[in-house]
Amino acid sequence: MAELHNPAIEVHHDDHAHAHDHHGHDDHGHHELNFIEKYIFSQDHKVIGKQFLILGMAWAIVGGLFSIFFRLQLAWPDESFPILEWFLGGWAEGGKLSADFYYALVTMHGTILVFFVLTAGLSGTFSNFLIPLQIGARDMASPAMNMGSFWFFVLSSIVMFVSLVIQTGPAAGGWTAYPPLSALPQASQGSGLGMDLWLISIALFIISVALGGLNYVTTIINMRTKGMDFFRMPLTIWAFFFTAIIGLLSFPVLFGAAILLEFDRLLGTSFFLSDIYVAGEALHHSGGSPILFQHLFWFLGHPEVYIIILPAMGIVSEVMAVHSRKPIFGYKAMVFSILGITILSFIVWAHHMFVTGLNPFVASIFVLFTLLIAVPSAIKVFNWITTLWRGSIRLNPAMLFAIGFVSLFISGGLTGIYLGNATLDIQLHDTYFVVAHFHIVMGLAAFYGMFAGIYHWFPKMFGRYLNSTLGYIHFYVTLVGSYAIFWPMHYIGMSGVPRRYFDFTVFNQFNQYADLNKFITVAAIVVFFVNLLFVINFFYSIFKGRKVTVQNPWGATTLEWTAPINPGHGNWEGDIPAVYRWPYDYSINGRDFIPQTEKLGPNESEDHDIGSDTPKPTEKVPGENLH
Amino acid sequence: MNTLIGLLAVVLIFIIVFQLAKASDLMGILKGEKEGENTEGANKTQGLLLMIFMIVGLIGVVVGWLIYEPQLLQGGWSFVPASMHGVEINSSFWITTVVCGIVFFITQAILFWFAYKYRGREGHKAQHFSHDNKLEIIWTVIPAIVLTVLVARGIETWYDITSEAPEGARIVEVTAQQFNWTVRYPGADAVLGQREFELISGENALGINWGDVKSQDDLMPSEIVLEKGVPVLFKLGAKDVLHSFYLTHFMVKMDCVPGIPTQFWMTPTVSTQEMRDHRNNQEFDYELACAELCGRAHWNMRYVVKVLEPAEYKSWVASQTPFYENVKASLAPPADAIPAGADSTVTVPVEGDTTKPSIGEKESDTNVISSL
Repeated sequence: MAELHNPAIEVHHDDHAHAHDHHGHDDHGHHELNFIEKYIFSQDHKVIGKQFLILGMAWAIVGGLFSIFFRLQLAWPDESFPILEWFLGGWAEGGKLSADFYYALVTMHGTILVFFVLTAGLSGTFSNFLIPLQIGARDMASPAMNMGSFWFFVLSSIVMFVSLVIQTGPAAGGWTAYPPLSALPQASQGSGLGMDLWLISIALFIISVALGGLNYVTTIINMRTKGMDFFRMPLTIWAFFFTAIIGLLSFPVLFGAAILLEFDRLLGTSFFLSDIYVAGEALHHSGGSPILFQHLFWFLGHPEVYIIILPAMGIVSEVMAVHSRKPIFGYKAMVFSILGITILSFIVWAHHMFVTGLNPFVASIFVLFTLLIAVPSAIKVFNWITTLWRGSIRLNPAMLFAIGFVSLFISGGLTGIYLGNATLDIQLHDTYFVVAHFHIVMGLAAFYGMFAGIYHWFPKMFGRYLNSTLGYIHFYVTLVGSYAIFWPMHYIGMSGVPRRYFDFTVFNQFNQYADLNKFITVAAIVVFFVNLLFVINFFYSIFKGRKVTVQNPWGATTLEWTAPINPGHGNWEGDIPAVYRWPYDYSINGRDFIPQTEKLGPNESEDHDIGSDTPKPTEKVPGENLH
Repeated sequence: MNTLIGLLAVVLIFIIVFQLAKASDLMGILKGEKEGENTEGANKTQGLLLMIFMIVGLIGVVVGWLIYEPQLLQGGWSFVPASMHGVEINSSFWITTVVCGIVFFITQAILFWFAYKYRGREGHKAQHFSHDNKLEIIWTVIPAIVLTVLVARGIETWYDITSEAPEGARIVEVTAQQFNWTVRYPGADAVLGQREFELISGENALGINWGDVKSQDDLMPSEIVLEKGVPVLFKLGAKDVLHSFYLTHFMVKMDCVPGIPTQFWMTPTVSTQEMRDHRNNQEFDYELACAELCGRAHWNMRYVVKVLEPAEYKSWVASQTPFYENVKASLAPPADAIPAGADSTVTVPVEGDTTKPSIGEKESDTNVISSL
């Protein structure tokens, strides 16, 4: 058909048609898919993005609920809660959580939130949904691999879920799974079958990340539409691009660590074990190093926090520009600070290990790089704040969450300056100060980025709006609640109270914060419920929300808003739009915004910091590379 | 039953909030709110709410600090910690807190203020302002300078704290296991006897080689007793899984790793009695805690640490008998025989045999253990 000039599209279209052995080779977009092809084993990046989001939300509810369970124990260690027995059965006999299961809950809360919610649910959702739509592609480079990425996540989820219901319970050695505890079933109930399943689940998850990441990188490099050169990409795409690269380089290291740990467990090797006497027996393991595992773990584990936070940063940058009606301030500085963070993220991992007996000189190098990361982070914060300056800000739920993100990123980022300093880390390491720090800076901030993204792109995802009154309630209760939960933890941590304690009453020195602990738990429960309200709003609005009737309701410049309100597989009905300008032409030339698809006027030059490397409109079609 | 009522109440609140929200959105639509746009009124309400949050929040931070800071540790971080290096950590803490506090208040205030001030109003247009290299340079260079100062100071203090223990520092060996601690003092010869993890048994918790004469005067008390003003070098290890030796009041934390010896030295400066008087609490004791998740009773590894005045310390040492005296009788045949429960192939080293280094003798390399 006439619309298929772009060879890349043709290739894709043909693949698609063959894959389903369909006769209608030519009628792009009119090719009937049955329910399973369309919603379950879909190869449409938009559907896959939504699948990641919904599975991520399901896990968020499970992980959130777990945190409520163990917060009840911390606030009221002597009370019993029948509801716990109802949920957890023998693990909470008489409504009292067992210590074994407390640690299982803590471990699962961390694992679920870090990997399943904030990696799969955040990067998986928005990379999938936005990359093709914002760079002007019909789909990912390999839609089949993309579908595989989601289904490996499902497999991983199933294995992890099974571990929750087996008799010995799930892994209980912390989400970091440090050996020897995680390697020795004699040392902890959770180190039995639960740990094997944890390792298998994580291995499957890493395959999912790799399949997704390869697709994101390939798609961004090869499938940009005509005129979409790198410095015309929205910051969301830059963020997803670097996130995928970090994931591809760091997750395989965890894969290796997981396999070696399983060898130690199953085959009796000694990668991480040495000189151990446990359960009345001296083990044969010799020469291994538990510290080696920590190096391998944090070589992923630290970049992982940037895998979580970069997509949120990208989303926030985009949402802020659109709703301030202003270009993001310092576009290029934003790109280079993401690049700086990406590079530095690989050389700071040992700041998690200052008190493991690490050589003090090595530690000091890690102090230097760690605190260096504060520089690109500070640039980003100042640029966001300046983006607001002299804007005409639309304070809708998406924008509020973006502002909340910046507030939390400041609060949590500053405490990183304490913890990155090895001297202070001696006292603060493994205390509630750390819990407060990382929950605010990567947990909550990433959630806020995710919420900003959901409120902003929900109309594009489902052709309807979320209820905005519920959105406001959701935002304010969550904002106040976030600080109410985690701010007091700084005080608790500064006085040295260690994390991962089942009960503080044994120690006189840790037992003075009973009131704060109750306060925190109540706040956590409120926040949990208000987020359930958000989930209800989400599903209700998919079916009953106010319908979107204009193509570009926010007045945004980017390409996804040039697609139909409910885009089919292939995204655009006619030609893929070409791009002639950067994505941040807001409030310029007397106009509210100029879409990327509009040609530069005769007297117009690209007015921003792109400078002289601005491509000419005679750019080649990136898709040609595929042939 | 209570649970059920609670759940019903939650469901009811959900339904009410939900219906109100639906009505509120509908009202907006009926009033002719443009799709995707916020009315001026809505922006104003949200802007005000953000300002209220910021002002109440910042006041809350100050009030919270005033309430809780004096309770932190033994009377706030402003109080002199119970160890010499703790003072240095303390001053680093204060410098960082002042720097971060200033940045925190300024940036949060500006963020919310801008959100309020530049909220969308009718007839008001945003100003296109895409970049300014001078500004970018300013907020790259200033944080870089401040951080350089913090890094330099941090690393300097870090080297002080992790430096070699001074000559004559007392050695205290602490071995962690699920879920308690075993403490050993080197006794009169100031040298710890040899240990092998294969020798560990029910009777010999540390796997001490009793054939080594140096071990025969070692003390194994049931609490850690330190002498005020005298540097002490903790030699740390673990038998089963990771643990972490954590003394809050002395600002000491170091992981205990099976197979890899670690250490930490410090000088206690406040005796238990002085701290009791200071806190007006005669029950007070310094407590050793575990700070690395080690299993189901990780939270329950309390161990008492006492700091005595020099004279008291001397009499405490005099009152201790070497642990060997307790086990001598059960070690048959006596003298240099193989300890009970040991593998018969283990050769019992004679005094001065250094071919097989034991934990007690690995002093020099513990500092460079980094495994990688």
